[in-house]
Amino acid sequence: MNHVLLSIMRKEFRHIRRDPQTLAIILAWPVIMLFLFGYAITMEMRQIDTAIVDLDHSPQSRAFIERVTSTDFFNVTAVDIPYNEYEKVLMERKARCILVIPQDFARKLQKNPRTKIQLIIDASDPNAANYISKYFSQIAAQYNFAHNRIDFIPFTMESRLLFNPDLKSQYFFVPGLIAVILLLISALLTSIAIVREKELGTMEQILVSPVRHYQIIIGKAIPYTVIGFIDAIIILAVGHFWFKVPIEGGLLLLLGTMIIYIFTGLSFGLLVSTITTSQRVAMMAALVSTILPTIMLSGFIFPVDSMPVIFQYVSKIIPATHFLEIIRGIMLKGVGFGELKTQIGYLALIAFVLNAISIRKFKTNLEP
Amino acid sequence: MAESNTNPILINNLQKSYGAVRAVRGVSFEVQEGEIFGLIGPDGAGKTTIIRIVVSLLAADSGEVLFKGRSVGEHIQFVRTNVGYMPQRFSLYQDLTVRENLDFFGDLFKVPLDVQRQRREELYAFSKLGPFENRRAGQLSGGMKQKLALSCMLMHEPDVILLDEPTYGVDPVSRSEFWDILKKLAERGTTILVTTAYMDEAHLCDRVGLMFDGQLLALDTPSALLKQFDKPLFLVESSRPHETYTALKNADFKGEYNLFGNGVHISAGKDFSRNKLIKLLEENRIEYKSIRPVQPGLEDLFLELQRTAAS
Amino acid sequence: MTENNYAVTAENLTRKFGSFTAVDKVSFAVKKGEVFGFLGANGAGKTTTIRMLCGLLQPTSGQATVAGYNVYTQYEQIKMNIGYMSQRFSLYEDLTVRENIEFYAGVYGLKRKQIKQKTEELLTYLKLWDQADMLTVSLPLGWKQRMALSTALLHDPDIIFLDEPTSGVDPDSRRNFWLLIYELADKGKTVFVTTHFMDEAEYCHRLSIMRDGKIVELDEPQRLKQKYHADTMQEVFLNVVNEGGSDK
Ligand SMILES: Nc1ncnc2c1ncn2[C@@H]1O[C@H](COP(=O)(O)OP(=O)(O)OP(=O)(O)O)[C@@H](O)[C@H]1O
Ligand SMILES: [Mg+2]
Repeated sequence: MNHVLLSIMRKEFRHIRRDPQTLAIILAWPVIMLFLFGYAITMEMRQIDTAIVDLDHSPQSRAFIERVTSTDFFNVTAVDIPYNEYEKVLMERKARCILVIPQDFARKLQKNPRTKIQLIIDASDPNAANYISKYFSQIAAQYNFAHNRIDFIPFTMESRLLFNPDLKSQYFFVPGLIAVILLLISALLTSIAIVREKELGTMEQILVSPVRHYQIIIGKAIPYTVIGFIDAIIILAVGHFWFKVPIEGGLLLLLGTMIIYIFTGLSFGLLVSTITTSQRVAMMAALVSTILPTIMLSGFIFPVDSMPVIFQYVSKIIPATHFLEIIRGIMLKGVGFGELKTQIGYLALIAFVLNAISIRKFKTNLEP
Repeated sequence: MAESNTNPILINNLQKSYGAVRAVRGVSFEVQEGEIFGLIGPDGAGKTTIIRIVVSLLAADSGEVLFKGRSVGEHIQFVRTNVGYMPQRFSLYQDLTVRENLDFFGDLFKVPLDVQRQRREELYAFSKLGPFENRRAGQLSGGMKQKLALSCMLMHEPDVILLDEPTYGVDPVSRSEFWDILKKLAERGTTILVTTAYMDEAHLCDRVGLMFDGQLLALDTPSALLKQFDKPLFLVESSRPHETYTALKNADFKGEYNLFGNGVHISAGKDFSRNKLIKLLEENRIEYKSIRPVQPGLEDLFLELQRTAAS
Repeated sequence: MTENNYAVTAENLTRKFGSFTAVDKVSFAVKKGEVFGFLGANGAGKTTTIRMLCGLLQPTSGQATVAGYNVYTQYEQIKMNIGYMSQRFSLYEDLTVRENIEFYAGVYGLKRKQIKQKTEELLTYLKLWDQADMLTVSLPLGWKQRMALSTALLHDPDIIFLDEPTSGVDPDSRRNFWLLIYELADKGKTVFVTTHFMDEAEYCHRLSIMRDGKIVELDEPQRLKQKYHADTMQEVFLNVVNEGGSDK
């Protein structure tokens, strides 16, 4: 194998070893994020303050309420409040939603399966509102099921709910986090590793040696790929064993696609490093251009399908969009290589384009 | 004694270690008002450590350090507001222009604008940076950066300043003009503690402390120090000084001999004479152009002290 | 070919940064085995010239060859034949002396066994055994510079560019450094060196003095001293540089 490349890699590993603080942060950070997402910033909600107005007082309505209160999603804080106080209750945050069972609930239920229940949700937090409505749809569905109805109360469900029957948000954020963190680590570390040498002046010495630029680039990229990979495995392990996220599909396929994805991140970091000259700028650029789009536009939090059309196009050039489909597919649905070809193709294409640009832009001299 | 002492800087039996390395091992000296005090020594002798302790950036392990009569450790704020300090390899805001850097430091030290303008012109005269006023600091040459850093520090005029290798990489012309500025400041009563690797600059100090291995081996005015070098010193002029030097080394010559630009300086005790020297050179078949006695400089003394300190 | 007697040649070599001319039509030729001193006030253009010769900056105009290779087109070959020590210390402070040397040995394509051997050879040659496993950051400047020189010599180049190798270095270490330079010259290497120590200038075989991007003097130290009726190079330098200051 290429001796020059080996030397550069060895040196890069030594830098990493000499700076245990940074290494510790890099390795601990994903786990911290995971627990933050898992516990502190729960995207799923429990104990939602709920007001229940039962205008029917029939056995059926009571049965339905019973269903609602028996889950720990809802916490009943007010009962049978008068109509003119609905708004006040929501305003004062006594409850975040009000379930109103109409007077003729039981009667209508017998005659006509398409009966309506009113649900008033405080939508000032749209995300929460979204979840609340989903929980109710779910409960309604179960109620219908239990009462042996042929027709369901009409409701829509996101396709992802299908593979996450318990509504566990870790099913989303574990794969999502892997996507965010892998991209960030690989982009951030590579770009900083190169720009740091520019800033310290050590690049000058390397540039007068006969090293080829691809050797510098790859020599620096590989060690950080390894670290990124270790991070990925840590999250995967914690996600699987602690948060009990399944890995339905093939582990090898998963790891393989991760490497492609990391490579995309690296290519992006390279691009950042070729156009910036200070670590500060490189870091900002890498952070802003990876974290934000990855979290907002890749489907990590908001489903791509429900985005404005223009953002749907934008999301196509974000590596995480494709990787999320891949990793969720493999982990939650157990799909195989065949179904993922398109996404893998996209990833490879993005990496190729980024690489082509950065190799073109990488300067082998000190020209500004 | 310490209470009544009003010297701007007083250091008494200062000790400082970094782990197992004893960087400063019992150093004592005072710097008087309006004096230029040069701290000279090889790399790693402990000069920077002392300066950092005086400006309260490092804490002493033991010993007394007084700044204007107050203990540095207990009056950190007082020290920092009254001292001018230029660290070694001080780098500026690379993305600001020469002028912006100067203005920033002027404002930082709350120097009135008209004084700033006047000082800037004075400093341009020494640094020759005037024509490059609008160039980013990052695009200056190495020496120009150093001169800009110096100028920034000199935008204000505290009455005590400490400079750690201020003339690193500065060319001879600017160095001599920089020292003119220091002289002027000292005449106005500014106290200056400076380190340098240039022995010609050491000659310009009022007093010089020679440090080796964390200890002060000699301290006096340059002329008094040179009296310590009380043996005859000869210059063996040669067009290839290093060959002369190497020949002496190969001959296992026991005296002192050092490479200089125009030849080798040789001394070997009080009774070393021109005749003995000629004999030595001829015995070893060392070629030379001429031999003449020379006045020893601080560089000779430094090299001698370093050799004795090492052995 | 006459060029073969020269390690470095420059013909009207020019470099501009925007509208500012940092190096202005300099011409010179450095013979093989020569210790060539490159003097000049701060900002005169020394580093810029060296960087052009080492392939780090592109000339705006003019011609130059290093080891017979053209700086415009053959910089890959040039890089194999030169050693370079930049003005700013440019080795890794978070690595040890040995690791730095090993790294550059690898960069120059040495094989594992060669790396080991070469590292030991250099550590002995530079008397850095005691410091071999110390982090570079904790080394005194004089040793750092010696180590920087050693890495610049790893691939046994014929031409060595040293940009202010002794700035900030104490009198004793400076002398040791110059003895190393002489040893190299005695082995037939060409040394291209800048310095602000005027006594060191006298050690050079030939000197050039730059002012405002131009070479204004180029001769042996001895003859320059005669020309300016000066005892030391310091006087010569002040004369040359101040002359420019007054007639401007
Ligand atoms: N990247 C750049 N952009 C603009 N100007 C530059 C750049 N690099 C150097 N210069 C300018 O070119 C001139 C020559 O710089 P150079 O570094 O060659 O000087 P030098 O002779 O090495 O000086 P020193 O003795 O201080 O090291 C200076 O005026 C400097 O400001
Ligand atoms: Mg320079």
